[in-house]
Amino acid sequence: MSTHTAGDRSAPPTLLDAAAGRPLHPAAREVLDAALARGWADPRALHGPGRDARLLLDNAREVVAECLGVRRDEVWFVPPADAVVRGFLGLAEARAARGARDLVVAPVEHAQVRHAAAWWTARRGGDVREAPVDRDGRVDPAALAALAAAPEVAAAALQLANHEIATTQPVADVHLPEGVDLFVDASASLGLLDLPSGPGWSAAAGCAKSWGGPAWVGLMLVRHGARWSNPLPGEPGPADAGGGLPDVAGALAAAAALRATLAERDAVDERRRRLVDRLRTTAAALPDVDLVGDPVDRLPHLLTFSCLYLPGDALVRELDREGFAVASGSACTASTLEPSHVLAAVGALTHGNVRVSLAPDVTEDEVERFCGVLPRVVDRLRAEVGL
Amino acid sequence: MTGPDGQPALELDCRGLPCPRPVIELGRHLGEVAVGEVLAVVAEDPAARADVPAWARMRGQEYLGEDAAPDGVARYQVRRLA
Repeated sequence: MSTHTAGDRSAPPTLLDAAAGRPLHPAAREVLDAALARGWADPRALHGPGRDARLLLDNAREVVAECLGVRRDEVWFVPPADAVVRGFLGLAEARAARGARDLVVAPVEHAQVRHAAAWWTARRGGDVREAPVDRDGRVDPAALAALAAAPEVAAAALQLANHEIATTQPVADVHLPEGVDLFVDASASLGLLDLPSGPGWSAAAGCAKSWGGPAWVGLMLVRHGARWSNPLPGEPGPADAGGGLPDVAGALAAAAALRATLAERDAVDERRRRLVDRLRTTAAALPDVDLVGDPVDRLPHLLTFSCLYLPGDALVRELDREGFAVASGSACTASTLEPSHVLAAVGALTHGNVRVSLAPDVTEDEVERFCGVLPRVVDRLRAEVGL
Repeated sequence: MTGPDGQPALELDCRGLPCPRPVIELGRHLGEVAVGEVLAVVAEDPAARADVPAWARMRGQEYLGEDAAPDGVARYQVRRLA
């Protein structure tokens, strides 16, 4: 752990934005180098190097399947965005033949899911139906199932936990009507939370970034026997879902990181939960702060709050100057200049937003220093506003 | 165009102001209307749609809803409760 002086641009800031990106887990780094040296060939090729690559890829699938409690033939390594788009829309596409053209989603789903739903339904002349959420951003499973009962509905999507406000979703309690399958977006949470083990979901997506694997490796899970049909150009089955040459080294590194992360998870996440509680107490003690998301049933490492009257970009810059890297869902920090749709959907204040997410190796001291700096930064910026 | 409860006692023109200025202006001018009266803010800032109701909730005021100013820009109305 390095000490950091305000304004010292040479020292790396304390990473409190681990959800957006973090260094590779050491286990992944080690495997990546070895796998690049050995698994560079096309695993579909029949020659020796191809067979070598095939072995490594099969091994990665085996490890991931074991870690997640699914079958090996349910695991596909594809780019993260593809995992979401193909995983979800593949369920919809399989029901398109019976005329279904609507999709059910939660308003707090990741933009990738929402964009995918809008794109697919527009092509089919259908609509996106949004299940209501409460102030914590949680969907009522019965309301979701009721929406999905309409004959026009092809598929439904629900995230395992929210990437911005940490709230978990009652995925295991969703019981959809016959003929409508559930896609679970676990891109922000796989490795942190377990997928439900039952038959309740038919496809899911994950991103290795959430468990310390390479950020470019995604995971598409399609359950055995699920009706799934490739919604994008390519072969009909999931085998070709990523297109092109499978990323053998990336897959192996992702698998190694997942195994290592799960082995360490209990201790690491118990600590992160406690540190997030500490951050929450500090933020809650500040005047005019809106705490967002469920304080208990949540991702272990993430806290979001909004500070009334303050611009999110100024907060991010001031905290960066003090040596802390945080994220924000405020409009002024977004390329679109639109506020976070998640914050808006739960009725939270969208300006002055700060999202703190802790890396597995975060120290108590780092969090304590942040808790000391945050009230000063908020005070200083509020003084500038004069409110 | 009238608001849900007739004309507001005070209307703030925040056209062209970036987030979070419309909400800052609400905070600055709330004291200029009497308890029970309506304060309105006209704003193009897309964040105002979420942030005016959130501000009202956090500050214990009543958010009345959104209509449009004569030029079509969104107008958000809040009743001062305290």
